[in-house]
Amino acid sequence: MAESSTTTSTSSISGASVRRGDRAFSGVSRGAGLLVLVIMAAIAAFLIWRSIPSLAENTGNFLTEQSWNPDGDPSVFGIGALLFGTVVSAIIAMTLAVPVGIGIALFISLYAGRRLSSSLAFITDLLAAVPSIIFGLWGLEVLLSGSEGIQVWLNDWVGWTILFDNRLDLYGKSLFLASLVLSIMILPTVAAVSREVILQVPPGHKEAALALGATRWEMVKMAVFPFAKPGMISAAMLGLGRALGETIAVALILSAKFEVNWHLTEPGGNTFAANIALKWNEAGTTGLSALIASGLVLFVLTLTVNMVARYIIARRAEFSGAN
Amino acid sequence: MSKSVELQDVDIYYGTFKAVEGVSLTVAKNAVTAFIGPSGCGKSTVLRTINRMHEVIPGAYVKGKVLLNGEDIYGTGVDPVNVRRTIGMVFQRPNPFPTMSIAENVLAGVRLAGERMSKSDAEAVVEESLRGANLWEEVKDRLDRPGSGLSGGQQQRLCIARAIAVKPDVLLMDEPCSALDPISTLAIEDLIRELVEDYTIVIVTHNMQQAGRVSDTTAFFNLAGVGQPGRLVESGTTSDIFSHPKEQATEDYISGRFG
Repeated sequence: MAESSTTTSTSSISGASVRRGDRAFSGVSRGAGLLVLVIMAAIAAFLIWRSIPSLAENTGNFLTEQSWNPDGDPSVFGIGALLFGTVVSAIIAMTLAVPVGIGIALFISLYAGRRLSSSLAFITDLLAAVPSIIFGLWGLEVLLSGSEGIQVWLNDWVGWTILFDNRLDLYGKSLFLASLVLSIMILPTVAAVSREVILQVPPGHKEAALALGATRWEMVKMAVFPFAKPGMISAAMLGLGRALGETIAVALILSAKFEVNWHLTEPGGNTFAANIALKWNEAGTTGLSALIASGLVLFVLTLTVNMVARYIIARRAEFSGAN
Repeated sequence: MSKSVELQDVDIYYGTFKAVEGVSLTVAKNAVTAFIGPSGCGKSTVLRTINRMHEVIPGAYVKGKVLLNGEDIYGTGVDPVNVRRTIGMVFQRPNPFPTMSIAENVLAGVRLAGERMSKSDAEAVVEESLRGANLWEEVKDRLDRPGSGLSGGQQQRLCIARAIAVKPDVLLMDEPCSALDPISTLAIEDLIRELVEDYTIVIVTHNMQQAGRVSDTTAFFNLAGVGQPGRLVESGTTSDIFSHPKEQATEDYISGRFG
């Protein structure tokens, strides 16, 4: 950024005109753009560099091992259970939150009356601002017992899917409960971003659909969804990002276990972020390095998810409302 | 089949605000009726009551009767969705669906009507409607391309093709040429004269020459005064309204001495 303020200008019709404000602005914005790249590269380099020592010592399979004992002798650890817990809880949270969030957004922007809609929008935004520790506490104190009925019901009726089969008849700090809390945490994000996107739909498109004899729902399908789809995918991805990386609420709720357990309502489960938070203070040298290695996987995971989302959005850009 | 429209003492409200007052007018079938008048006089509002599109705005309602071949479209048990399937509309700004191809745009209304049709039938509807809108020759090689890639005039003709694909009884046009250049405007005006063979057409326009060129009947709307509701000043054959109007206000507006 230093080059921005060094040149002085001589005013004449020949030669490039130099305006100090322009130069400063372009310098600052270019610097800001570069800074993003530098930070990303620095994080990636840090994660890779610091994870190498533990990966070299690890005697287990880093990707599939379902235990975490990096400071032991021999050192054995792997992210199998963490990857499973992170991905599964994020998927459940998305499955619950995205349809409901989009539904809230549609209701606020298209169905509700003006007064109801503005107060609902306000409340959704407030919900997005609640700190995650509060969600965690609430999940622990209220949802833990409050959701038992649902879990029993799921066990009784769809227990054959294994996912909701509870062999212990013990409904406690499970991956399912963590997913529920995550879904409520990402719900306002999905709803708020989707609402913004829906409001961007040009009124002309909505009128075109209605004038062709579309019902309100047909209008939504015909004019709103196609236009708002890329934005809604972004909304979902923002939510997914939060679900994948959420630490403290999940750390509070899960009773950490290192095993891949498809019986989601049984106690257990673990995620990358929660594991790092819980293990950091007690970890030895190799332990710290191992936690950083798991952080590297989380980093790559979220990057991949975002890139896939961008690819989906870009694929039909020609047919988007942007042109 | 084209049908006539009759407005009987229609008042239009937005909430407590009375936007238009006491409009009684007969729109003949297979004719072009032009609505002219200064901005804000309620002519677009009246147009939108003919297919109940004004109801999209919260709090809007109508008193009086609007008859389509004698049947009240505001009668109890009449679904506005069905009214709009019978009475098509073309808007000021061309608004093809950006995520749909040209062919899909034409079929959008037909698909809404829930008709299952074979691929060949669909292709026939697309060709017939695009030919009807004088657009076929220009787009026949790129039916699967996005409609938003066309020029403004072509987009507007695509919107007309979309409106006539469902074979409406009446076609409403809300300043269909105001966003178009003169050549595209001429193309749309020629098209309107062809379409009137099959449809009843009502067009809102700010362009006096356009009203003179395309319409058989002209209705002049004006405000009774500032803050007053709009009203129908007079209506008659276009040649009568333009050559010897009965009302002074009409003459002032047409001759450009208005305001």
